[in-house]
Amino acid sequence: MSGRAAAILNRVAQAVPVVIGVVVISFLLTRALPGDPAVQFAGVAATPESIEQVRVALGLDKSLPEQFVIYVGQLIQGDLGQSVSTGRPVSVELASRLPASLELTLTALIVSCLIAIPLGVLAATKPGSWIDQLCRILVTAGVSLPTFFTGIVLIYVFYYLLGIAPSPLGRLDFIYLEPPRVTGFFLIDAAIIGDWQTWFGALKQLILPAATLALFTLAPIARMTRAAMLSALSADFVRTARAAGLGRQKVLFGYAFRNALLPVVTTLGMVFSFVLGANVLVEKVFAWPGIGSYAVEALVVSDYAAVQGFVLAMAMLFVLLNLIIDLTYTAIDPRFGTSAK
Amino acid sequence: MSFSRRSFLQTGAALMAGLPLARAIPVTAAPLDTLVIATGQTINSLDLHRTGTNRPSYQIAINCYDRLITFGSKELEDGSLSFDYTKIEPELAESWTTSEDGLTITFKLKPNAVFWDGRKVTAADVKWSFDRAVSVGGFPTTQMQAGGLTRPDQFEAVDEETFVVKLDQASKLSLPDLAVPVPFIINSEVAKANVTEDDPWAMEYLHTNPAGSGAYKVARWDNGQQIVFERFDGWVGGPLPEIPRVIQREVPSPATRRALVERGDVHISFDIPDKDAAELADKLTVYSTPIANTIHVVGINYEFEPFQDSNVRKAIAYAIPYEEIFQTAAYGRGAPLWGGEAEISDTVWPRKSPYFTDIEKAQELMAASAYPEGFSVPMSISTDLSSWMEPTALLIQEALGKIGITTEIEKIPGANWRTASLVEKRLPLHLENFGGWLDTPDYYFFWAYMEGNLFNSSNYANAEVQALTEETLPMAQDDPQYLPKISRMFEIAFEDLPRIPLYQPALNVAVNGAEGYEFWFHRQLDIRSLKGTGEA
Repeated sequence: MSGRAAAILNRVAQAVPVVIGVVVISFLLTRALPGDPAVQFAGVAATPESIEQVRVALGLDKSLPEQFVIYVGQLIQGDLGQSVSTGRPVSVELASRLPASLELTLTALIVSCLIAIPLGVLAATKPGSWIDQLCRILVTAGVSLPTFFTGIVLIYVFYYLLGIAPSPLGRLDFIYLEPPRVTGFFLIDAAIIGDWQTWFGALKQLILPAATLALFTLAPIARMTRAAMLSALSADFVRTARAAGLGRQKVLFGYAFRNALLPVVTTLGMVFSFVLGANVLVEKVFAWPGIGSYAVEALVVSDYAAVQGFVLAMAMLFVLLNLIIDLTYTAIDPRFGTSAK
Repeated sequence: MSFSRRSFLQTGAALMAGLPLARAIPVTAAPLDTLVIATGQTINSLDLHRTGTNRPSYQIAINCYDRLITFGSKELEDGSLSFDYTKIEPELAESWTTSEDGLTITFKLKPNAVFWDGRKVTAADVKWSFDRAVSVGGFPTTQMQAGGLTRPDQFEAVDEETFVVKLDQASKLSLPDLAVPVPFIINSEVAKANVTEDDPWAMEYLHTNPAGSGAYKVARWDNGQQIVFERFDGWVGGPLPEIPRVIQREVPSPATRRALVERGDVHISFDIPDKDAAELADKLTVYSTPIANTIHVVGINYEFEPFQDSNVRKAIAYAIPYEEIFQTAAYGRGAPLWGGEAEISDTVWPRKSPYFTDIEKAQELMAASAYPEGFSVPMSISTDLSSWMEPTALLIQEALGKIGITTEIEKIPGANWRTASLVEKRLPLHLENFGGWLDTPDYYFFWAYMEGNLFNSSNYANAEVQALTEETLPMAQDDPQYLPKISRMFEIAFEDLPRIPLYQPALNVAVNGAEGYEFWFHRQLDIRSLKGTGEA
């Protein structure tokens, strides 16, 4: 047990240089961006004098090392700076938008796991059967349809033609008020105060965008589950278990599935990270006030503080995610941490 | 009856009674008490004077604040409404007089004008707001300068209802410049209660808390999502708006916005793409108003050697496939700006250039130039404006190929575009557009044809044009000297061709179940004149 604790601590410590690296790189990269924020923010009819006034106001007249020292000093105090484009502190901005993206992404991932994993398992147990073919079709469709396309088609069919989906206007229709903020996840916050009206309102808005993302994430998860199950089912220990006369269920879930889970969890981690990226387009199509559209907007107008804050927040999220995945390994595979250090 | 949110909002009260648990905005039954607008733009501040405030935010200045004066309205040929640059009407000011020499303008404020908190609007508030506009720097200060307003000592609050502006030089632009969104009147008592040592103009406070006397108050602002306007019943700046509440939702995807307005879940979809406008026009009311004082042009940079040859510039002007560009890039929305009469007998602006598509003539001109074999040049466009620039650039590329000019299209990222095209002015052949708020040719010339000025991306310099622009800028439009001088300016501009006009772009607005839309030069929605038609 202590070996495992040490391994976990070691994993946490490994995150520190990553975070420092992200701080330096995000600072330098934003400065290397094309475009001059002073010109951008001085407005349409700016004169050279007014551009200069803006440059001074934004602190961009100082040298790069000076700017970096100021930035790190603020970071240590937990201040991510002020976003010029929205005029609000970047931390406030991220805190209000990250939950929206996470709620959407996590819902989509849960839905796609609920479909993809059983589908993958079934496809692997009956290769070549109709369910295997169905799995193949879904996987092909999922990888070949871009998210914004799926999103627009879903809107067209379910909202525009059939009129059964709510209008794609973000997280809540405006006849509802946002639930008081606890986690920032509307489904959880509304449930906490028992406001089921709002809860259903939020759920209805979630269905189409989550379905869009779920279709996209289904493919790698189903494919990986199928492949991992196939290789587990043909492994020696399954043959032995079968030979020993263990029940079909026991062999399938007790031995094969448990061993197939490791690559599936690894895939899940990867899928989560690229879905947060793919979110941008889905957020645009469904007017979802998430972090992706915010980051793109900030990049377009060279809003340094916002871009740095976004990169930093994402880096932290991925460090955390990788940590969670590693810890999940220990739950699935008890050997973790005992042989390595 | 189809059940849309529209009908839900209209019969809201009855339905609401059945949903006691809904924590919803209370809605009362009325012909139309909530108007819903979809827009692709993000409002990033409630204070136009703040550094970094974007154009969509100017609508707060329009709808929530008052200016001393405003422009009147006129009906366009297609029956839609537009602002009228020639008519100046009272908003907070009841009347105004200009002294004989044109140097002093005295405003009398409306005695019954009040701010949202009930306090009387006084000349001291006007003075404080004007001082702020000329002092904070950046865009508001530049825009005030256009009207000759540069220093706080030019403004004086004589008594509660009398406000005086003193000018260094009489100018026809001074009064119109007071009707643009920038010089809006702030409740200075509220603002002053929120100033700090570092922030003498309450920039922090007014960024999120407007304090005005305008027709609508901001009931709610969810940054990046929506803004909810609520009518201020004490407004005296104009006729009281009919609609008590307006909700404006941000919907970035044009496809989604189109579905929303077609389904009738929003009443107005603001600033839609030309393509959608052309297609929706059969089903809904679509207003496509050519944007005042705005021209899409091909910029020809004088720094680049072949472009110093007048024959080369004219050859390009005759090679451009104008009609195809107008149909492909703008879907025929806007106003053509080619094939005009060679003789200039009026000051109409924007005006058609005398050039038209004639490849043979272009080839002759190229043969007569110093580059009969042609040359190659990059053609630059912005990725942010690719919806019109990309098709335009491709068509021009093809046409220039026929006269021996090889072009390679260079796409510049949006964030870098302004720097490259306007600040550094280093793009030899490029597409550009400029639109001035003050709708006169001399104002356009000031920004786009004067040496060194921002929108002169062609590095054009001509002493006569400089002199004519400076002379005509303050001159009254009915001055007998105005027409000959402006005509001469046009003549030189079309001869020298630093910018080849293509077309005047349009602002497209799709309306479903509302009326009273009026086009404004600031290209933002004025919600004050809107009404519901009671049908989807």
